[in-house]
Amino acid sequence: MIQVFVFYLFATLVIASGVMTIASRNPVHSVLWLILAFFNAAGLFLLIGAEFLAFLLVIVYVGAVAVLFLFVVMMLDVDFAALRAGVARYWPFGFGLAGVILAELFFGAIAWNAGGIALDGRPAPVAQQSNIVALGELLYTRYLFIFEAAGIVLLVAMVGAIVLTRRKRSDVRPQNISRQVRRRPQDAVVNMQPGVGQGVEL
Amino acid sequence: MIGLGHYLAVGAILFVLGVFGIFLNRKNVIVILMAIELILLSVNINLVAFSAFMNDMVGQVFAMFVLTVAAAEAAVGLAILVIYFRGRGTIAVDDINQMKG
Repeated sequence: MIQVFVFYLFATLVIASGVMTIASRNPVHSVLWLILAFFNAAGLFLLIGAEFLAFLLVIVYVGAVAVLFLFVVMMLDVDFAALRAGVARYWPFGFGLAGVILAELFFGAIAWNAGGIALDGRPAPVAQQSNIVALGELLYTRYLFIFEAAGIVLLVAMVGAIVLTRRKRSDVRPQNISRQVRRRPQDAVVNMQPGVGQGVEL
Repeated sequence: MIGLGHYLAVGAILFVLGVFGIFLNRKNVIVILMAIELILLSVNINLVAFSAFMNDMVGQVFAMFVLTVAAAEAAVGLAILVIYFRGRGTIAVDDINQMKG
């Protein structure tokens, strides 16, 4: 019974935070709601037995993508007046979000102790091996090339993001490493024997 | 009991929310990107739900690939957003007509 309750909790919260993501006036609030939505989706995955994907969702989205969004939102100062209006106003919001996530952790632990969700329809057989072992065996044998392709996609995206955001600045004098390496001693140093009272012609 | 339909309902509602968000936030590209993330999340929920209820791990493998593509898309989209903001000083979608498309 606890599984049904936890499912409805996660489902309701993921939909509610989805609504708030698109309805919030402040983009920072939107990102925070998006984090809550992904957290709840991870709970749904955990409930259905896809533990590895659940943790991947938390690590990749809450840990990387959402922080990237937050970084860009704050860097672009889209709505700077509203952002600057009062940092103190965000404290209750942040505390509320933290409280919700904490409560969910407790509920998730209770549901985990009560056993997995009871599936109707075609029942899944008792797992012979853990979810991550099954996923890894599939990923590194049958889908090895697609896995490598996913890595290439990530590499291209990384290179693309760096190339796109890189800019040449005219107000700084950067180090030219190839020029430094090409420079030889005979180009740079000269031995002179100036006479007494005479200067050196360079 | 929780069935496949429940998960599919959640996925469907999230998908509709994502599509609705694109129309609702026509001005703000960042929220549009977040709506796209919501859509991809709903796709993942569908894939994982079918994977669990059909007892086939391939759905979870593909959910992982969807996750990868979503992360790459977010990175490149935000990079484009940053250079656009650097050049124009605004991110309003209505003003994006440089390519006369």
